[in-house]
Amino acid sequence: MRPDVESPPHFQPSGTLSGTIGESGRRTRLVRGRAAGDTVDRARTTEHLKMPNTVYFFGTCLIDLLFPRTGLAAMRLLERAGLRVIFPQGQTCCGQPAYNTGYRDEARRVARAQLDAFPESLPVVVPSASCAGMLKVHYPLLLAGTADAARADAFAGRVVELTDFLTRVLDLRLTDRGPPIRVAVHNSCSSRRELGVADATMELLRRLARVELVEPERAHECCGFGGTFAIKQPEISAAMAADKTSAVAATGAAVLVSQDCGCLMNLGGTFARRGGGPVIKHVAEFIWERTSHDD
Amino acid sequence: MTTEFRLAIGAALGRERVRANIRKAMDGLVSKRAAAFPDADERERLRDQGEAIRGESVSRLPELLEELERSCTRNGIQVHWAETGEDANRLVLDILRHAGTTALLKGKSMVSEEMGLNEYLQHAGIEAVETDLGELIIQLAGEAPSHIIAPAIHKDRAEIAALFREHYPDQPPAERIEELTALARRVMRKRFRGMTAGLSGVNFAVAETGTLCLVENEGNGRLCTTLPDLHIAVMGIEKVVARLDQIPPLLTLLTRSATGQPITTYVNFISGPRRPGEQDGPRAVHLILLDNGRSRIRLDPELSATLRCIRCAACMNHCPVYTRLGGHAYGTVYPGPIGSILEPQLHGLAERGEMAEASSLCGACAEVCPVRIPIPRLLNRLRFEAVNAQADSPTLGHGSRRLAGQAGLWRLWAWTCAHPRIYRTLTRLMTALRPLQPTRIKPWTDTREAPRIADQDLHRQARAAGFTDRL
Repeated sequence: MRPDVESPPHFQPSGTLSGTIGESGRRTRLVRGRAAGDTVDRARTTEHLKMPNTVYFFGTCLIDLLFPRTGLAAMRLLERAGLRVIFPQGQTCCGQPAYNTGYRDEARRVARAQLDAFPESLPVVVPSASCAGMLKVHYPLLLAGTADAARADAFAGRVVELTDFLTRVLDLRLTDRGPPIRVAVHNSCSSRRELGVADATMELLRRLARVELVEPERAHECCGFGGTFAIKQPEISAAMAADKTSAVAATGAAVLVSQDCGCLMNLGGTFARRGGGPVIKHVAEFIWERTSHDD
Repeated sequence: MTTEFRLAIGAALGRERVRANIRKAMDGLVSKRAAAFPDADERERLRDQGEAIRGESVSRLPELLEELERSCTRNGIQVHWAETGEDANRLVLDILRHAGTTALLKGKSMVSEEMGLNEYLQHAGIEAVETDLGELIIQLAGEAPSHIIAPAIHKDRAEIAALFREHYPDQPPAERIEELTALARRVMRKRFRGMTAGLSGVNFAVAETGTLCLVENEGNGRLCTTLPDLHIAVMGIEKVVARLDQIPPLLTLLTRSATGQPITTYVNFISGPRRPGEQDGPRAVHLILLDNGRSRIRLDPELSATLRCIRCAACMNHCPVYTRLGGHAYGTVYPGPIGSILEPQLHGLAERGEMAEASSLCGACAEVCPVRIPIPRLLNRLRFEAVNAQADSPTLGHGSRRLAGQAGLWRLWAWTCAHPRIYRTLTRLMTALRPLQPTRIKPWTDTREAPRIADQDLHRQARAAGFTDRL
């Protein structure tokens, strides 16, 4: 069966606007430009393009091994929105650890395996801005000039971060079934600066009626995870995590959410060591729990 | 492996007072920059312009330098080429000896720091007198700059007051900022008198007109370049720009990105020595063009973006690593994000490659860079160069950080992740062995609890929950 997708851009509303690492200024400008013509964009989305009825889910290796509940929650959110969710058993890791350590040949090998695992022209929904950034921004760079360049470009065009997809493509409405609560959001660096999806995450969370959203002081600053950075430069990483956890604790929030399990693993682990601190949850798991009946 | 850099990091993180000083100062610079760019559209247009202008400088570097030499020569500026810092030092010394001078007034110049000029002159019996307030402070303290535009930013007012008390005991005691700057001014003014040679850096040099552009806030730069009979300007070759009309956008990008100022207190356009009939200005102007590895950096089409830098320091002001370490921990002339891409290229990956690893790739630097240097991407590239030995790479020390054991582990990891069956077997094994998971995993658990492996991986849970594998 052919998916109801004529051309990919409609399921990557922010991706078409950004996609260049760090140069968020350029993205800001484009997003601002888009904001002015926002209604036009929306009209075009509904006019020309149909909602996908089937999506791929890329679980990420971190979620696979350490936080599978997050992955399941994200898939159930998609399923409840009426989508058929495919979880290819051939998926493994996006390859970012090797890529950011300089081992590009190894990263390329892993990247090709992911291209193989998601062959159909379907959206690839990713519950991590960091991994989504690897698939969307870095695969085309990594595979440029190889036999897989075109495949990587097409794949990158299909990749969309979970909250971006839920907010801007599905325009998901949420019925908040939980008690009033204060929630701190840590928008990951990839969500802010690489993909520009942090505002989609915030918008989605704002649709929970009884959730008070707060951001810690110096919200823009990195939590100190940085993948292998936490291992290669443990002292700096720890100093950054200490400051971030203090800022989060100062918000008095009961829960800390983020788009990225890497950040949460870093901050949760630091909180667990220092004692106290909020409950740590990926945004998908938090939303699933707040909106499901059997909670 | 504990390197010198790692030891310095540990020490820097332990210096609470310095950390607090730097953090406070960086917070100030960050908010000033933000306030200086109230209109995001204008800011992004300017950054586009900055990128294009500096990109032209780098791509046309050889011809622009030759044009600059011709224009300067026409204006009466004597142009010298220096391959290395040592060559540049020797040129300065020769010029000073020829003029018969034993002391040199210095305006702030990072290139002179790169050359190690002060030390070189000292050995040759020539005193270098720093006139920039920040440079003066660290010269008194016997330290190196910790920041490229605010060299003494790691010191607070009380520390500076103590330094002045120690070195200027005949001066009335100063505590408040106004008193401290007034004291420095009194002391420096005396030094200016009778000096016959001055040295400055160059922010931009205009090829078409032979104009040297220099920004500063204290007026000492203007004194250094106009009061003595001899002015020597030193610049990295990449500071050339093609046309005079490219200067205004660069200047406003520079000052707003650096200190949040719409323009600096002094903007000097130096277009040659004193002409017949003029009342003041130097009688001779020399320009030293320093390469010191820049031509080599330029050979790489991606890494050459490093040379677009206009030394505004916005990247370090916004860097979560720099704000915690300060500049000294890096042990290099250029610290922070720009240092982390520049130093490994100038001095080689074997010696400075670890700087490229001291980043979480958060992207805060690239977000503010006025000339859009994609710093995280270049850091990633340098990490690749460090472990990958491609014979034709122009990057100094490429492949030098490759360790056989580490490379083998990554190969094994890639093999696992490229074979889903093997990967699934491994995750299944890890979840089965979950009870045996160690609670201490260094260095992660030095400051954090380790995450627990799940009792069942997502691959199996997804299948069990009925999520299909394919279309």
